[in-house]
Amino acid sequence: MTRYLLPLGLFGALVALLFTGLYLNPREVPSPLIDKPAPEFTLPLLHEPEKTLSRQDLLGKVYLLNVWASWCVSCRDEQPVLMRLAQTKQVEMYGFNYKDQRDEALRWLQMFGDPFTASISDTDGRIGIDWGVYGVPETFLVDQHGIIRYKHIGPVSQADLDTILLPKLRALQGTSP
Amino acid sequence: MIPELGHFALILALCLALAQGILPLIGAQRGNLALMALARPAAQGQFVFIAVSFLCLTYSFIVNDFSVLYVASNSNTALPLEYRVSAVWGAHEGSLLLWACILSVWTLAVTVFSRSLPQVMIARVIAVMGLISVGFLLFMLVTSNPFDRLFPAALEGRDLNPLLQDPGLIFHPPMLYMGYVGFSVAFAFAIAALIGGHLDATWARWSRPWTVVSWACLTAGIALGSWWAYNELGWGGWWFWDPVENASFLPWLVGTALIHSLAVTEKRGAFKPWTVLLAIFAFSLSLLGTFLVRSGVLVSVHAFATDPGRGVFILAFLVIVIGSSLALYAWRAPTVKSGGSFSGFSRESLLLINNVILMVTAFSVLLGTLYPLILDALNLGKISVGPPYFASVFVPLMLPLAVLIGIGPLTRWKQDDASSVLRRAVPYLFTAIVVSLAALYTLTDHVSLLTGLSTVIGVWVIISAVRDLIARARKGQRLPRAFIGMSLAHFGVGMFILGVTLTGAYNIEKDLRMDVGTEVTIAGYTFTFDGVTEVQGPNYVASQGALHVTRDGKPIATLHPEKRTYRVQTMPMTDSAIDVGLFRDLYVSLGEPVDNGAWSVRVYYKPFIRWIWAGSLLMALGGLFAASDRRYFIAVRKREDVPNAAPARA
Repeated sequence: MTRYLLPLGLFGALVALLFTGLYLNPREVPSPLIDKPAPEFTLPLLHEPEKTLSRQDLLGKVYLLNVWASWCVSCRDEQPVLMRLAQTKQVEMYGFNYKDQRDEALRWLQMFGDPFTASISDTDGRIGIDWGVYGVPETFLVDQHGIIRYKHIGPVSQADLDTILLPKLRALQGTSP
Repeated sequence: MIPELGHFALILALCLALAQGILPLIGAQRGNLALMALARPAAQGQFVFIAVSFLCLTYSFIVNDFSVLYVASNSNTALPLEYRVSAVWGAHEGSLLLWACILSVWTLAVTVFSRSLPQVMIARVIAVMGLISVGFLLFMLVTSNPFDRLFPAALEGRDLNPLLQDPGLIFHPPMLYMGYVGFSVAFAFAIAALIGGHLDATWARWSRPWTVVSWACLTAGIALGSWWAYNELGWGGWWFWDPVENASFLPWLVGTALIHSLAVTEKRGAFKPWTVLLAIFAFSLSLLGTFLVRSGVLVSVHAFATDPGRGVFILAFLVIVIGSSLALYAWRAPTVKSGGSFSGFSRESLLLINNVILMVTAFSVLLGTLYPLILDALNLGKISVGPPYFASVFVPLMLPLAVLIGIGPLTRWKQDDASSVLRRAVPYLFTAIVVSLAALYTLTDHVSLLTGLSTVIGVWVIISAVRDLIARARKGQRLPRAFIGMSLAHFGVGMFILGVTLTGAYNIEKDLRMDVGTEVTIAGYTFTFDGVTEVQGPNYVASQGALHVTRDGKPIATLHPEKRTYRVQTMPMTDSAIDVGLFRDLYVSLGEPVDNGAWSVRVYYKPFIRWIWAGSLLMALGGLFAASDRRYFIAVRKREDVPNAAPARA
């Protein structure tokens, strides 16, 4: 009898999972890196691999660092949002191309648009570990002093942008709309 | 008026579905013939009303009735007629209506083609299908009514998602749903048999043709979807392992296991409880797939927050349908005696391995699909599980399965001698190796181990399928259609493996900046870029490129890839241009304009990619052929003398 009940039990667990899934909120997931200096990095640029970009190069300006990859489906969702943001020129965005292959990454940017001032390639994902990347996409907001101020997990929707990211950004930039 | 008529027809269909779902069940329990006899007319009536409802929605699309919210959201006056018709199933509400409509078509087919079945059995089968229909109709009427009005009416519609404006999308969803929903017949047979306690070879024989036909439709539906992705997404891929694709692939994997285990149950009476469980799983995964796709819980987990009502409804429905059938299984299955003993090496044991491999694969794909949801549910953040996971799990599981295809039909039921089977198989294996090496040698100068191995296995499957046919024909027996169907499908599997292997290993992809007059040569084909012109489509403007292709100076084709911008949804779309060939596709798509008339252009050479879809279609055809086998219809003819029953069903 017990072994015939097994499928039912497994199904119960699946239902519990799906039910939880229904009520998930886009909550802020606390990151230990918030309000800490951004981890050091020096990585090659995606478009010009002979050049590199490091944490020091970006000191002095507020920027968004968006972790993306060509194999990531949800990244396709957020790309139009980022493209619109890029057109408003409110903030510089840098792409963090995570565990990807260069040719596929370049092709992906051609397909879905490239909102980034530059993208850096973290091919083996080592710097991603320092940044605490455990999923793609993720977006970090870093201030003038190189301090991480906010981390968004999952695709950025227009609502996320309007209600969370842009207000925080403006506060950091010291300007109001 | 017409939309209200559709709405009203839907309500009447729900009433009939309730009658169809409840009364015959009571009748079957009490032995009341009058109640049981209600099943057929109720199902037929339900079909009529759902068809009316479906036609009403189609009519609203055709006449651009933008006072209907669903039409206004998914159509536009500039949308060509064929897409206005296919837009009926272009979004949530209409897809559900299509689902319900196809379910009623299958039920109708059951009422027509099952006259030889015992009254009790058929009453239960139709009742179970009626109950499933109740769930879907209720869901539509309560949370997702396609006939909701918009007041005041919109002047113009928001247009159909441009991604869906492709011939592939006209046929893909109905075909896919034919497969998904078709598993409800096997499911209903399994439940009816569990209720009645008659799980035997007859039950397997009744379920088999239905299962195989739905499996064939699902195969064709998935192949069409893949073909669409290849044409429309503009990057030459044919499978992306995204959650929506996986949702259709899961029932396919389990359905494949089911048609094989049904064969064992029918011929040998073994595996009975397991086969029933597979029938329940196959349909459950279809429902789960519908849930995942329609709720958007996976593609964007938070889409649900906007309307958790829908999610809760489908989930409750899943719990009732799957939960109650699994409970029924737990209650009834222990009493079923699995007959037909077999030894460690026999066709049964090989088919058992087939089932185990397919189920492990299905579980791995399910895990990969749900993993982002699991992490999210545990508050571990959101991730994407990408193709690397699926490829590394899928390939090592599928290759041994393909090897078995060549051995299984050589092996006898009940008991066989492994060494003698292997001795019989070796010459064919040797031939496969020689043919593969010769083919690879002429095609290319570098072969990786995996490519070589997969090619040998693909050729081996094809050779084995042909060998089985010839061997059977030599014996002078008349070839049963079921056998021809099986060989066709296995032949298709071989073609599919070759297509996937050779495309994956030897495709050439170049992303280039091309000025007018730029030439590029790949795989002996020279592509010359002739520039881009503006073209007006019915509801879009396009930049249309022109490239002419030559080989050794001889013209091969002129290709016109497009970059379209749809006026209403202002979404840029890539429309690739492909020169199709049996042994290679030449695939061109436009990227972005660079400067001064130069464009970034993707030029691909895809050897053997057609074999992927040709193989899939052969599998589907094989399924249809097998389902038209005489033995499923003998009883029907005796009673009714309907000579045309077989082709009509296929």
